[in-house]
Amino acid sequence: MSTQTLKATNKELYAKLMQPDVITGSEILLRSLLLEGVDCVFGYPGGAVLYIYDAIHGNPDFNHLLTRHEQGAIHAADGYARSTGKVGVCIATSGPGATNLVTGIATAYMDSVPLVIITGNVMSTAIGTDAFQEADITGITMPITKHSYLVRDVKDLSKIVHEAFHIASTGRKGPVLIDIPKDVSALKTKFTYDSKISIRGYNPTVLPNKLQIERLLKAIDEAKKPVILAGGGVVYAGAQNELLKFVTKTNIPTITTLLGIGGFPSSNDLWLGMPGMHGTYTANKAIQNCDLLIGIGARFDDRVTMKVEGFAPNAKIAHIDVDPAEVGKVVETAIPCVGDVKKVLELANKKAKPAQSEAWIEELQKMKKEFPLKYEDGDNHLKPQYVIEMIHETTKGEAIVTTDVGQHQMWAAQYYRFNHSRSWITSGGLGTMGFGFPAAIGAQLGNQDRLVVSINGDGGMQMCAQELAICAINNIPVKIVVINNQVLGMVRQWQEIIYDNRYSHIDLSGSPDFVKLAEAYGVKGLRATNKEEAQKAWQEAMDTPGPVLIDFIVEKHENVYPMVKQGSTIDEMLMGDS
Amino acid sequence: MNTTKHTISILVNNQPGVLQRVASLFGRRGYNIESITVGKSEEEGLSRMIIVTNGDHHKLEQISKQLYKLIDVIKVIDISANPMVERELALIKVNAEPSIRPEIIGVVETFRATIVDISPKSIMVQVVGDSEKVKAMVELLKPYGVIQITRTGVAAMIRGV
Ligand SMILES: Cc1ncc(C[n+]2csc(CCOP(=O)(O)OP(=O)(O)O)c2C)c(N)n1
Ligand SMILES: [Mg+2]
Repeated sequence: MSTQTLKATNKELYAKLMQPDVITGSEILLRSLLLEGVDCVFGYPGGAVLYIYDAIHGNPDFNHLLTRHEQGAIHAADGYARSTGKVGVCIATSGPGATNLVTGIATAYMDSVPLVIITGNVMSTAIGTDAFQEADITGITMPITKHSYLVRDVKDLSKIVHEAFHIASTGRKGPVLIDIPKDVSALKTKFTYDSKISIRGYNPTVLPNKLQIERLLKAIDEAKKPVILAGGGVVYAGAQNELLKFVTKTNIPTITTLLGIGGFPSSNDLWLGMPGMHGTYTANKAIQNCDLLIGIGARFDDRVTMKVEGFAPNAKIAHIDVDPAEVGKVVETAIPCVGDVKKVLELANKKAKPAQSEAWIEELQKMKKEFPLKYEDGDNHLKPQYVIEMIHETTKGEAIVTTDVGQHQMWAAQYYRFNHSRSWITSGGLGTMGFGFPAAIGAQLGNQDRLVVSINGDGGMQMCAQELAICAINNIPVKIVVINNQVLGMVRQWQEIIYDNRYSHIDLSGSPDFVKLAEAYGVKGLRATNKEEAQKAWQEAMDTPGPVLIDFIVEKHENVYPMVKQGSTIDEMLMGDS
Repeated sequence: MNTTKHTISILVNNQPGVLQRVASLFGRRGYNIESITVGKSEEEGLSRMIIVTNGDHHKLEQISKQLYKLIDVIKVIDISANPMVERELALIKVNAEPSIRPEIIGVVETFRATIVDISPKSIMVQVVGDSEKVKAMVELLKPYGVIQITRTGVAAMIRGV
C-alpha cells in the first residue's frame, strides 16, 4: 500500500530504490523502509548496528533522529504512529539497546500501536554463546509483540520487512520486531522486492457476519436504554466519521474509553464522557442501568469494568471488534460482530434506525447537569484541573495532547475536551510513566503544522527528561507541561484513600528545578505558582516558536474524582468533597 | 462451569521458535499443558502439535482464539470434540528378578504390551494405547517396583474422513 503511494508521489525515488543492485543487508533494510513510505526513524547506534548506521550515513533519502535513550526512541515512534496512523519505526543495537526497548514494546502492544522495531544482534555464528552484548530479544519480547523475526539469511530481508509492515498495520495492529545479526547486515545480495503478501497463518477478518449486524440492529430496535462504549479501536480503524453517523442515526448515548477519547466529538450532546475508575458519574451510571451495551473497538479492560461480576448487570452486550479473541473474553457477549470497525459501522449505517431512547436520553442529560465533573477552585492555590482547563480553552481543543501516567493524565482526560481523532495520546493499557514526553516528540514530527502539548507529572517527567536535548537541537516545538505537585500524586491518592494515609515513598521534594533543567538542555523554561502566572506563562509558551517547558506548581493534596475503588462496581463512586 | 480434558491439534509453520511461541502463550495465559507432542505433518514445511489441556468451554474458546493470533499457527482443532483415536507410547522399566518374571509377563501380555529389553534385574515394558491404558499399565506394574517411566505424550486424530 505504502509502496504504491511512494510509486505515485515520488517516481524518481521509487525507481532508484527498485534497482536490482547488489547491496548489503543494511542497504536493503533502508531501501525496504523507504519503500514502505517511512519518513522518520528514531534510533540509537551501537556495535551490532554499525553497518546499518554506516548505510544511513551514506543515504540522503533516509531521515533518522538520534534520541538520548532507546526508550525515548520507541515512545517517540509510538507517538508518531498513534498521531498519524502510520507505522512507527525505531532502531536499537543488540543487548542493552534492545532491552531498553522492552517497556516501549509492551506499551505499544497493550494499546495496539503499529510499530516496526529493528534491533541488531551479534554475528549469527556467535548467537547462543553469551557473546558480548548478546540478548535473546526475540525470546524476551515474544509475549509483547504481535510477531517477530530473527533474520537468518540476507536474501529474506526485504520480504521480512514488507511482511512486518503488513502485520503491524492490519487487523488488530501491534508491534513487530525484526532482529538482524551483524553479519546479515553486512552481507551482500541482489535487491529484489515483491509487493505481494501471502502469509498463510494470517488473514484478519475484515468483513463482519451480516447476520450479526442484523441482530445488532434488531437489538437496538428493541432497546429502551442503549449505550455505546467506544474504544481505541474506533480511532485506530479511522472510523470516527462512521461512528458519528451511527450515533446520529441511532440516537444512542456514547461513552469513550481512555483510548477512545477523540474517536467521538466531546461537543456532541450524546457524549457522556469516560467510564471506569475515574469515569464520569453519568457514564458509569449509564453503563450500570443500560439494557443494551454496544462495545465498539473496546476491550472491557478492568479499569473500565472494575468488578466484572457487577458490570452492566441489566445489559445485553454487543461487541464490535477486529480481534475475535477480545469478543467474549471478559464479558459474556450476546451479539459478536468480528470485523474491521469501520466496515462494520458502514454496513450497520445502511439500515440503522433511531432507537426508542428519548426518555433514557432525558434521564442522562439531567444526570450530566446534576453531576458534572467538578473541583474546588480558589484564588490561593493553583489547581491542576484549572491548568488543564486553561490549556483546553486557549488551544480551543485543537491541540494534540500527549500525557504521562498518573493524576495529571486523568485530569487531562477529564478536562481537555477533544473533537478530533488521533489528537489524544496516552499509555492506557500498560500505564507507562516516561511515555508522555517522548511520545509528543514523535507526534510533533508526524504533525509538523499542529500544536503539540505534552502534559506530564513531576515524577514521570524525570523518566525520559533526557529527550529535552533533541527538542532543543532539532527545534521540535513541543510545549512541555509539568503538573508539579511535588509528589507521586496517583500513588499518594491511593495511599490516602485505601491505605489510611500511610504515605510510603511518594515524596518528590528534591526533584530538580525543572526550569533550570530545561535550560540546561537549551529549552526555554517558565514557572507558574498561581493562576495569574499560569495564564501569563502559558501565553508566553504559546507565543514562543520553539520548545518550551512550563513548570506549574500545583496543589499537592488534590485527588482525582470520581473514583471507584478496586473491588467495587462502577456505580460505587467516591465523589470527593467539592 | 465444568472443566474437562481436551485434546487439541495445532498445525503450525515449521519455523524456529514456533514451539516456544505456543508453549509461552499457554504459560503466560495460565493454560495448562498436560502433554505436548510435535512432529512433521503431511505437508512439507508444516508441523502438527497435539496438546492435551483442560478447561471449560470458555477457556477452550480463548485458547483457540489466542492461538490463532500467532502468525505461525495455521489451524487449531479441538479433536476431542469429535470421535477420535488417541494413542500414547510409554516405556516402563520394572524391577524383575528372574523368579517374578513370569508373573510380570502375564500382566504385560494381558495388556497387549510388549517386553522390549531384559537385563539380569529388570525388564523394559512398552505399552501403546490411550492415556487411560498407559495409566492402568503403570499402576499394575508399580507393586513390582517401577525404576523409570518415559511417555511420548498423546498423538491423536479424528476418526473417518
Ligand atoms: C514506569 C512506571 N513506574 C511506576 C508506575 C506506578 N505509578 C502510577 S502513577 C504514579 C505516580 C506518578 O507521579 P507523577 O508523575 O508525579 O504524576 P501525578 O500522579 O503526580 O500527576 C506511579 C508511580 C507507573 N505507572 N509506571
Ligand atoms: Mg506528581
